[in-house]
Amino acid sequence: MASYILRRILIMIPLLIIISFVTFVLINLSPLDPAEVVLQSQGVPQITDQLIAETKEEFGMDKPFLVQYFHWFISCLQLDFGHSYVTGKPVWSLIGPAFLNTLKLTVVSSVAIIALSILLGVICAVREGKMIDKSIRGVSFFLTAMPSYWLASLMILYISVKLNLLPTSGMNSFKSYILPVAIITISYAGIYFRNVRTSMINNLNEDYVLYGRACGLSEKKITIHILRNSLQVAISIFGMAVPIILGSTVVIENVFAWPGLGSLSIQAILSRDFPIIQAYVLVLATAFVIFNTLSDIVNAVMNPKLRSNL
Amino acid sequence: MKFLKSISQDKIAAISFIVIVLTMIIGTFAPLFSPHDPNGVNMGLRYAPPSLEFLLGNDHLGRCILSRIIFGIRPSILWVLGALVISVLIGAVLGFLAGYFRGKVDAIIMRICDIMLSFPGYVMTLAIIGILGIGLGNILIAFIIVKWAWFARVIRTSVMQYSELEYVKFAKSVGISNLTIIRKHLIPVTFADIAVISSSSIGSMILQISGFSFLGLGIQAPNAEWGMMLNEARGVMFTSPELMLAPGLAIILVVSAFNFLADSLQIILNPKLSRTIKPKKNSPFSKIKNQEKEVAG
Repeated sequence: MASYILRRILIMIPLLIIISFVTFVLINLSPLDPAEVVLQSQGVPQITDQLIAETKEEFGMDKPFLVQYFHWFISCLQLDFGHSYVTGKPVWSLIGPAFLNTLKLTVVSSVAIIALSILLGVICAVREGKMIDKSIRGVSFFLTAMPSYWLASLMILYISVKLNLLPTSGMNSFKSYILPVAIITISYAGIYFRNVRTSMINNLNEDYVLYGRACGLSEKKITIHILRNSLQVAISIFGMAVPIILGSTVVIENVFAWPGLGSLSIQAILSRDFPIIQAYVLVLATAFVIFNTLSDIVNAVMNPKLRSNL
Repeated sequence: MKFLKSISQDKIAAISFIVIVLTMIIGTFAPLFSPHDPNGVNMGLRYAPPSLEFLLGNDHLGRCILSRIIFGIRPSILWVLGALVISVLIGAVLGFLAGYFRGKVDAIIMRICDIMLSFPGYVMTLAIIGILGIGLGNILIAFIIVKWAWFARVIRTSVMQYSELEYVKFAKSVGISNLTIIRKHLIPVTFADIAVISSSSIGSMILQISGFSFLGLGIQAPNAEWGMMLNEARGVMFTSPELMLAPGLAIILVVSAFNFLADSLQIILNPKLSRTIKPKKNSPFSKIKNQEKEVAG
């Protein structure tokens, strides 16, 4: 087991190096000359060739490509992602707090998604084919077809403004979490509770359930047994879900003016602030890889069959 | 056609299919169907409620909402479908190369896919938009770049499954050329899998692209697009929330039609799935249930 975890973690290192290289190449593929972007975003009125040359020297853009990458990579390891083209602030001072805020939103939402998916999944599986199962699945179908930003706008309008119950935007108290978390939960729980339901139903047809029934165990106890076995599937799905949610809160963050990575990245894209975009991709891709590795390890701990195929 | 016949037996699938086909026809021939100019500003009719002349009313610039919805089908649905087809085609070509020929080609293609898939899709899409600049065209390019890897991997798995089958091995040993085997024996059987995976990702793709437009990264004013219309409506949300209604419902209608159709396609086209459903009925527990019924009957 220990060797599996070690191998799994060691594999991350080359992967992260490749990711950093791809991120670096990506930004350099831009059709614009970065020196020109810097000057434009600083509002320099007249861009001369000399100014461009000076900027290139200042930012080290005149060095060979691989040397530039190497310098960038080393400074990234020290959390130095350069300075924003627009404001001139260090990128990490912007990305760091924003990442924490996004992570908070993601973790709270994930817990809500897990709780709701398991609850709905169990209800639907136990009452398979009955009214309640059908209606929950029908409602979830429409909810997953609904644009989350649309639902969010409506909720702001009716709950925050008309009823004045919850804050419309920002991140001030626990109340600020309720609406964004509710929206994210609605759009993901509708997908994940199906997985819980399917795995519960598959387990219902296993021999051990029949045996349990034959021995006269109460339905409640049998359900708990089934739940334990179905949770394995559920946990592996949620392990995949956390990194996905982390990367896709962009729209919700913008609707609720959540001071996270989503809002920051959209501003950066609109003003073509490349160092922030670069750091954003690198930070989230790293988090993505780490969360995926963690979920693989948790799965392997729970299911020994998975340990051999790395 | 067998496909149409099995769809017509499933009521929801049939309705969804009709909704999608109608949407596509109306979108393609938008100038014929739209009653007014979608960009025609009419300040006298600002926020006008629905009337006989303007069936869905007018927006904050007095433009006909119905015409804007109709013209919005093109960027919101048709172009998204186009992007999907291109990325599925790229994925299919690479998936076939990797799954059929295996060896070095397979290794190289799969490593590239691994690298692409180790980035979260949303983030990668945003990064590419950031580099290329905003605009619907760039969003679609970003989607093609991000999505092909996933399609390539799924299609490769499907191709590998079928090329291990006896009849393909037989065709190979008889000396039929690889191209003929792929064309005659593999494309027809893998087509079902490809249809299922691509149809099931349409819905989320439409939602995501409209989301990007909503954030102002997509199509630029004054062009009509559903996400963009919602973005404009959001600006005047507190005074006239009814502007959010039409584009939002249009998205929900089309996306749920695609989702329902994808679900039915999966059952119609995937014989494996219907086979795995059947044995359930023969599980020991249900056998007892059946016996109980017989006894009771």
